Amino acid sequence: MNDRLEKTVVLRAWVREKLFLGQSLREYVRGFGGPFDALAGLILLVGLPVIAYRFAAGLGAATNLSQTNPWGLWIGLDVLSGVALAAGGYTLASTVYLFGLREYYPVLRAAILTGFLGYFFVVVGLLVDLGRPWRIPYPVIYSYGVTSVMFLVAWHVFLYLTVQFLEFCPALLEWLGWRSLRRWATKLTIGATVFGVILSTLHQSALGALFLLAPTKLHPLWYSPFIPIYFFISSIVAGLSMVIVESSLSHRIFRDQVEPQRRVDLEAITLGLGKGASVVLFTYFFLKLLGLADGGHWHLLRTGYGHWFLVELLVFVLLPCFLFAHGVRERNVPLVRATAVLTVVGIVINRLNVALIALNWDVPDRYVPSGMELLTSITIITLGLLTFRWIVNRMPVLREHPEYPGPH
Amino acid sequence: MRVTRRTFLKMAGAAGASGLAGRSGVAKAAGPAPRADTFAMLVDTTLCVGCRGCEAACSEANRLPGPVMAGQAAVFASRRTSDTRAYTVVNRYPTGGGAGQPTYVKSQCMHCVQPACASACLVHALEKTPEGPVIYHEDRCLGCRYCMVACPFGIPKFEYEKPVPAIRKCTFCFARVKRGQAPACATACPSGALQFGRRSALLDIAKTRIYQNPDRYVHHIYGEHEVGGTGWLYISAVPFERLGFRTDLGTTPYPQLTWPFLSAVPFVLMLWPPFLMGLYAFRKGGEGIGQAGRQRGPEKETRRE
Repeated sequence: MNDRLEKTVVLRAWVREKLFLGQSLREYVRGFGGPFDALAGLILLVGLPVIAYRFAAGLGAATNLSQTNPWGLWIGLDVLSGVALAAGGYTLASTVYLFGLREYYPVLRAAILTGFLGYFFVVVGLLVDLGRPWRIPYPVIYSYGVTSVMFLVAWHVFLYLTVQFLEFCPALLEWLGWRSLRRWATKLTIGATVFGVILSTLHQSALGALFLLAPTKLHPLWYSPFIPIYFFISSIVAGLSMVIVESSLSHRIFRDQVEPQRRVDLEAITLGLGKGASVVLFTYFFLKLLGLADGGHWHLLRTGYGHWFLVELLVFVLLPCFLFAHGVRERNVPLVRATAVLTVVGIVINRLNVALIALNWDVPDRYVPSGMELLTSITIITLGLLTFRWIVNRMPVLREHPEYPGPH
Repeated sequence: MRVTRRTFLKMAGAAGASGLAGRSGVAKAAGPAPRADTFAMLVDTTLCVGCRGCEAACSEANRLPGPVMAGQAAVFASRRTSDTRAYTVVNRYPTGGGAGQPTYVKSQCMHCVQPACASACLVHALEKTPEGPVIYHEDRCLGCRYCMVACPFGIPKFEYEKPVPAIRKCTFCFARVKRGQAPACATACPSGALQFGRRSALLDIAKTRIYQNPDRYVHHIYGEHEVGGTGWLYISAVPFERLGFRTDLGTTPYPQLTWPFLSAVPFVLMLWPPFLMGLYAFRKGGEGIGQAGRQRGPEKETRRE
C-alpha cells in the first residue's frame, strides 16, 4: 500500500517535471494563451477534420489532382521542399563532426532536430498523399521495385529517419537521464554522421532524378540530365539557410532557454553559415548556367516560362549569393538573415517549379491546389512547429544539459 | 503485283482462315519467333471504321460499365482519353485518307517493350511480362502515382473518387494472351484493323503493307522505335501528329533515362565513406598533434623552474 503510494508520487513528480515543465496541469494549460497558441489551435481545429475528410472521401474529393496532374502541392511542398529544407541536419553534423568546425556546435542540435522533424513530417505529408498509405512499408519489407528511383528514395528516407533519430538520441537520453544508454548513443555519432551524409547525398539527388522520367512533361528549361546534382547542391544551400533562419527565430522565441549560455556568439555563427551559403549558391548558379548551355535552350528564355526561369535563377539564386557575400563582408547580420529567408523561399519555388509549375506546362488542364490541399499542408507544418516547441521546451536542444557540456 | 487493301485482306484472310487461331497463324507463318519476341498488336488505322466494337468488348472483358454514348456518332464530337472506367477509346480525326474521310484511332496502353511505368514503380506493381503485356498488381500498389508521371502516353489512370484507390489501365487481356488467344478488342474487331500476333511478325506485315501500298500509307510504323519500341504498332494514311500521336518522344527507352543516375549510386556508396572517414581521421590526428605540442609547452616550463 505504502509502496504503491510512493510509486504514484514518483510518477506524478516525473510527469510534472518532464511533461508539464515543472508546473501543475492547471498552470501548464493556462500557459497556452499566446497568439501563436490561438492560431495553431484554430489551424488544427479546421485542418485535422479536413485530413480526416480526405481519408474518408478519397483524394478526388479533397484535392484538385487529376489524371494529367497526379502530383500536387503535397508532393511539391510537403515532400520535395520539406526534404530540401530538412537538409540542415546532415550539413551541420558533417560540419561539426567530420570537418571539425566545433564553433558551430551550439546550433547543431537544433539543426538535427529540425532535420529529424522535417523528415518525420515529410512522411506524414506522404501518408496523406498516398492512395493506400497503410502500405508505406511495402518497399522496405514486401515488394522490391529495384529499377525505380522512388525505391531508392523510400529506403533512404526510412534509413535516414532512423539515423537522425540516433543522432538526436543524446538529447533525448539526457532529458530522460539515462546515462549509460546515452554514452552508447554518443559513440554512434561519427558512424551515424557519415551514414547520414551518404544517405542524404543519394536521396536528395534522387528526388530530382525522379523527374528524369518526364522529359516531355517537364519544361526543357528545368529538365536536365543534371537535375539530380541540382537537387543535391541546392539542398546544401537550403540546409545552411534553414539553420540561419531557424536559429535566429528560436534564439528569439526561446530566449529563456538560451540565456544561461550568453557566450554563444550566434552572430558569428550566422555570418559563417552565410559565407558558406554564398559560395555554394555560386556553384549552384554556375551549374544551372552549365545545364542551360548543355540543353541549348537559350531561345526559350524569351518566352513566359523563360522569364519565370530567369526570376528563379537571378532573384532567388544569384541575388542571395551576392547578398550573402555582401552581408558577411559588412558583418550585417540582419541582412544575412533576410537573405537566408529569400534563399529558403527560392528553394521552395524551385521545387514547386519542378513538381507543379513547369510540369505539364503545355497541357491545357493546369493544376491549382484546392483550399483543402493548402489547409492540409499548413496543418502539417503547424504540427511540425508545435512538436519542435514541445521538444525544445523539454530537452537540451538550445541549452546545454549541465551534466554534459560541450561537443561530444 | 499490286496489292490493294482488298487483296491484302484476302491474303490475310486466306493465311489465317477465320478467327483467332488463324490470326496468330499469320504471325507464326513469318518464321520461328525468337524467345524474346513478345505478343503485340498491329493497328491499321486505314481499316478502322469507328464502330467502337473494341470498346464494348473491352468493357465486357474487364467488367466495366459499357462505353459511353454507345452507337451514337455524337461521341466523336469531343476528344476522349481512356480512364478508370474505359481502358480503350476510339477517336475520330477529320483529315483522313481517300476522299476527305475521317480517320479513327483506337488508343489504349501501348505496352512498351521497356515500359517507363514498370521502371518507375517502387513496389513492382507494374510488370512487363515475358509474353508482352504490361500488367498491374493491385495487391502491391501504394498509390504514389509515379507511374502516371512517368508514362509518356499518359495511360495509367487513378481512381481519385475511391477511398481505397487503384491504378487502372489496359491489361492486354493478359489471361487470354498467356493462352495464345487474342485480346477481347481484337476478337471483336470486324474490319481487320486490329491484328494480334508476335511483334516481329506484325512489323513484317506492317512493312509489307507500306511497301506494297506506298501511296496509301505514311512510311512510318508508330511504335516500332518510339520510346524503344511499343507492343502496339500503328500504321496510317496521314502523318501521326495529325492523329493525336506524340511524335516528340524519341527512341530512347525510358528506363535508360534514370539508368545513369542509378548506376552512380554504388560509387557514392563506395567513395563517400573512405573520403569522410579519412577526413575525420586526418583531422583527429591533426588535433592530437596540436594538443601534444600544447602539452609539451608547460612541461618544458616546469622543468625550467
